[in-house]
Amino acid sequence: MSRFAQPLPVFVAAAAMTSFGATAANAYTAYITNEKDNSLSVIDTDKLEVTKTVKIGQRPRGIVMSKDGKWVIVCTSDDNDVKVYDAKTLEFVKSLPSGPDPELLTLHPDGKRLYIANEDDNLVTVVDIETSKVLTEIPVGVEPEGMGMSPDGKVLVNTSETTNMAHFIDTENHKTFDNVLVDSRPRVAMFNSAQTQLWVSSEVGGTVAVINPADRKLITKINFEIPGVEKEAIQPVGIRITKDGKFAFIALGPANRVAVVDTATFKVLKYILVGQRVWQMYFTPDDKLLLTTNGASNDVTVIDVANQKAIKSIKVGRYPWGVVVSPD
Amino acid sequence: MAFADTGPATASPAQRNWKAACLALALTAAFALPVRAENPSAQEAPKPAPIPIPTAQPLGVNIKILYVKENRSKELPLSLLDQPNPDDGIAGAKLGIADNNTTGRFLNQTFTMDVLEGDIDELIKGATEKLAGGDSFIIADVEPDSLLKLSDALAGKPAQIFNVGNPDDRLREEDCRPNVMHTAPTRTMLADALTQYLVWKRWPNWLLVVGPSPKDQLLADAYRRSAKKFGAKIVEERQFKIDTGNRRADGGYEQIQQQIPQFMQGAKDHDVVLVVDEDEVFADYFPYRTWVPRPIVGSAGLVPSSWHPALELWGGTQFQNRFKKLSGRIMRPIDYDAWVATRAVGEAASRKQTSDFKTLHDYMHSPNFDVAAFKGVATSFRAWNGQFRQPLLVSTPKHLVSVSPQQGFLHQFSVLDTLGIDKPETKCKAYTQ
Repeated sequence: MSRFAQPLPVFVAAAAMTSFGATAANAYTAYITNEKDNSLSVIDTDKLEVTKTVKIGQRPRGIVMSKDGKWVIVCTSDDNDVKVYDAKTLEFVKSLPSGPDPELLTLHPDGKRLYIANEDDNLVTVVDIETSKVLTEIPVGVEPEGMGMSPDGKVLVNTSETTNMAHFIDTENHKTFDNVLVDSRPRVAMFNSAQTQLWVSSEVGGTVAVINPADRKLITKINFEIPGVEKEAIQPVGIRITKDGKFAFIALGPANRVAVVDTATFKVLKYILVGQRVWQMYFTPDDKLLLTTNGASNDVTVIDVANQKAIKSIKVGRYPWGVVVSPD
Repeated sequence: MAFADTGPATASPAQRNWKAACLALALTAAFALPVRAENPSAQEAPKPAPIPIPTAQPLGVNIKILYVKENRSKELPLSLLDQPNPDDGIAGAKLGIADNNTTGRFLNQTFTMDVLEGDIDELIKGATEKLAGGDSFIIADVEPDSLLKLSDALAGKPAQIFNVGNPDDRLREEDCRPNVMHTAPTRTMLADALTQYLVWKRWPNWLLVVGPSPKDQLLADAYRRSAKKFGAKIVEERQFKIDTGNRRADGGYEQIQQQIPQFMQGAKDHDVVLVVDEDEVFADYFPYRTWVPRPIVGSAGLVPSSWHPALELWGGTQFQNRFKKLSGRIMRPIDYDAWVATRAVGEAASRKQTSDFKTLHDYMHSPNFDVAAFKGVATSFRAWNGQFRQPLLVSTPKHLVSVSPQQGFLHQFSVLDTLGIDKPETKCKAYTQ
């Protein structure tokens, strides 16, 4: 059984603590959506503790922040809308129209256009967050989910879970210009900063595809093998790539681990033990910490990025789903 | 072979808290230590390279699927909620076609479906004609012997049949056919799914109540086999022979209320009552009417199945909503089984980007093939008899209770093969040739 292997590595992590950057890092604020609790947990990334928990809309999942850091924007799936909260006071600001069952979203670098995946309607809805108007709807594959925005804002990649594709969308005319098949049930799409790689996780396929955005050809496909963990439990979901583009962190779902991958060799360097059913992740803006949401164990694991170690687990609400960290 | 693993599955909460405490301590200590060099990954992000945007389109192809449904007269199930719909199964396949077309839009592939209903000879005649016109993938909801007749009639032709209507193990074993795959779960798979849960729950002592139909005998055999396989015990067996009459009569409950407790009197001590009634004509009379208060499992109460209309895990909500929008009703197991068959063809077509029968057929039969079917893990076909390999649901009429295989049941190759007849036991010869 996979779980026998769990307790040990945490002590290793504790022992390695001496090397954790102890500069009084900026106290960023992390926001966690708790899917089962209809709540948002707020974490101080300096103290690494929950400072506040507030009730929000029903079934909160995907979460982003406005470019200026003033708003927290949450997909409240069972309310069939997207809700905007004041990042400081956590007071409700307004609802944005989103189409039914919004799950994941991404903000265009222009700070205005919000792209929302509607799982129920095979659409990506584009909303202006200032005017709260729907700009357009883009038809995509069955059960759209992953939303990867190219750093220059010119291309949006949406993944559809049942169609098993990464749809490349031109953000100028909102038309799909290419579709790349990936392994079963793609969940997350993520560009590196240089836009030379697009990473797509396939939850049921158990792999991560690395695609060249220039020609949409597969660069490589990454497989994961963890001794003592059954193959079916390795389900890649969340992907985050360091700003320098050197390391990719992949959340492996019920394998309860985050894989660290060298983006030059595509070798898995390490499996970091975290909480149970790890899905989404987010870096602090200085790339020092990576926060993971562990749905089945109701906690967030804090990873020291430089040392690739788990350093703390923070209890949050039930079934934590999404995470975002304030820009400053 | 499957066996139970009796060790603890996860760290206890106490262990977790203790770990957290240690970590917190270590963390406090760490902050007091000297500063380390700047994190190398926090450097300036490189400038993004431009992405060229092309306009080419792939070549268009059409893939045809034929759905054949045999006219049968069946006794109606007890509950008004369970009455058959004319499009049972067909609606699932239609959703599969719609899903395939949504995907196909991006690959310039289209999928269409023809439906034939009639007696088996009409179906065979129709299927043979349609096959000549390119309907190579045939979803069959027909009786077991009709399935054999159909597959033999199409033997040697470019046809792949999917069995969605029959749980009979013999169709995958001694009577297996090389041109038939099975998306419906077998009786042994269903029995193993429930048994694993009961064993996990430590309710191993069963009172077995078996109905009079030959199907009930087969299902009872599957449960007997399963009990032996996973270490449960049938403490007593009773044949249910009471003719309960028509499902509906004004009143009607008064007599049942007397009959069932009487029938259940004086049984040996048991944990659950396992009622075996494949046609759903009496099992639903058992809950709350037993002599001693015990849960009912099997064909009523806690039931194993391939699908449940209230399943919302793994994107199931969207799947259920799409089905409801298309058909105006809830999704039943046979709809799911038919959807799986259609999606398997669609998945093969999108991976191989062709409509060529042999390419698609060979790919679906290869170990590289899998399809995401709202079960949380990759599902595929068993190489030794073409049976769809999948997790099964254990649920009450309104809600999911669990998903089997259960934690702790292990297998050398795939835990999904702890459900049903496994490769070493197979009697299927047609697939190995």
